[in-house]
Amino acid sequence: MDTFQLVSLALAKRLGLSASEITPETDLMELGIDSLDAAELLMDLEDKLGVEIEASKTIKTVKDIVSEIEAAVNQ
Amino acid sequence: MNRRVVVTGMGAVTPVGIGVDAFWTSLKAGKCGIDKITRFDPSNARSTLSGEVLDFDPLVYQEVKDASHTDRSGQFALAAAQEAVDQSGVVGTVEPLRAAVYIGSGVGGFESTEINCFKLFEKGPRRVSPFFIPMMIANMPAGSVAIKYGFRGQATPAVTACASGTNAIGEALRAIRHGYADVVIAGGTEAPITEVGVAGFNAMKALSTAENPNEASLPFDKRRGGFVIAEGAGILVLEEYERAKSRGANILCELVGYGTTCDAYHMTAPMPDGSIAAQAVVQALQEANYQVGERVYVNAHGTGTSLNDVMETNALKVAFGEDEARKLVVSSTKSATGHMLGAAGAVEAIACILALRDKVAPPTVNLLEPDPECDLDYAPCVKREAEFDLAVSNSFGFGGHNACVALRPCV
Repeated sequence: MDTFQLVSLALAKRLGLSASEITPETDLMELGIDSLDAAELLMDLEDKLGVEIEASKTIKTVKDIVSEIEAAVNQ
Repeated sequence: MNRRVVVTGMGAVTPVGIGVDAFWTSLKAGKCGIDKITRFDPSNARSTLSGEVLDFDPLVYQEVKDASHTDRSGQFALAAAQEAVDQSGVVGTVEPLRAAVYIGSGVGGFESTEINCFKLFEKGPRRVSPFFIPMMIANMPAGSVAIKYGFRGQATPAVTACASGTNAIGEALRAIRHGYADVVIAGGTEAPITEVGVAGFNAMKALSTAENPNEASLPFDKRRGGFVIAEGAGILVLEEYERAKSRGANILCELVGYGTTCDAYHMTAPMPDGSIAAQAVVQALQEANYQVGERVYVNAHGTGTSLNDVMETNALKVAFGEDEARKLVVSSTKSATGHMLGAAGAVEAIACILALRDKVAPPTVNLLEPDPECDLDYAPCVKREAEFDLAVSNSFGFGGHNACVALRPCV
């Protein structure tokens, strides 16, 4: 599973949506994901991936979360 | 300004039923909602019984994401508020800045606190949830209900331990009476059945350690050995009388009096003679324009602790006078529900409203061996059919908080 799939599945579960409704460009605010939700999501994914993710910039879209995770994994 | 205040909606989430109808049917039938703790494994706990709200599904009231970010105490408050607000039909009739929310909680998010402490100890500070603080703070049930209904007047909790629900309703009465709000969603909520919560109350020797559910919550009975911890919520919609009447609301009763005092005596023990608790009752009776000879139902605080029940009996004698106190019909519905702490007073105010409406006092269940020091009429075991002019609900909390509200049929 690639990182985008991992994130979209986690978001879908949280929101009670189908993962197919989420694209890399999806705006998190439009999904109803605020900064607290995003922090909690990253925390769950840290456990799954065994890495520490420090959100360094403002996260706006699903793609932003994916790139934060990939940066952490590649470090 | 001294405006009349009426009740136009009620909602209840309790160990004897979710929804006011289920709750009231159980209370009248003398059903006991106490059973083995299932919220956690109680095998290491000294008290193994509680009053749990069974079959509660927060998704009936909230979206998945919102429910997962709301403490159980907040979930109960939203559920009870929905029932009360739906019944009242008040939404859309009130200017948002004139609509307030006063919801009390003794503790706040007990379960959220415990879960996040476990996370801290097991996995370190990076695993403490960003929702820990908003889920834990005791004002959030009021905040969440205000968000849901767009009520933009004062939203505030009463945090007076086991008097919280009654203080919230009383303060709401004052807010409407004196013109600060026209409508208030008011009540209390609590979800304390957690490992640390039970351990804490056990350490105080406050809880019954009985193993038989019918021999655990025993207000006014000489066998009593402490209260039974319970969870739930009670919510009222309170409105200024003229506006409720002019919009054709179904007026359930009038909230006519409130009194509140503090023993200023001890952190947890009530003042034994009940003299300061009695003053809270006296204040409520004065506001209610109580007259000697009126037929009164008292929903007692009646926790089933050795100290409370004797103190409260004394307090009622001081407040009403010995002769009138002996004519009261008193009952403790905690015998059936257990003690819902900050929710108790609000749920018990609902029992008072229904007692006035249906002309029946719910019983003190399992009261088989009266304590000679508790020598009033506590409606033991079976409901009492009787018409009342006035109903009074008492609540007393750790910290010495005493609160009392008085209700009358609206005429």
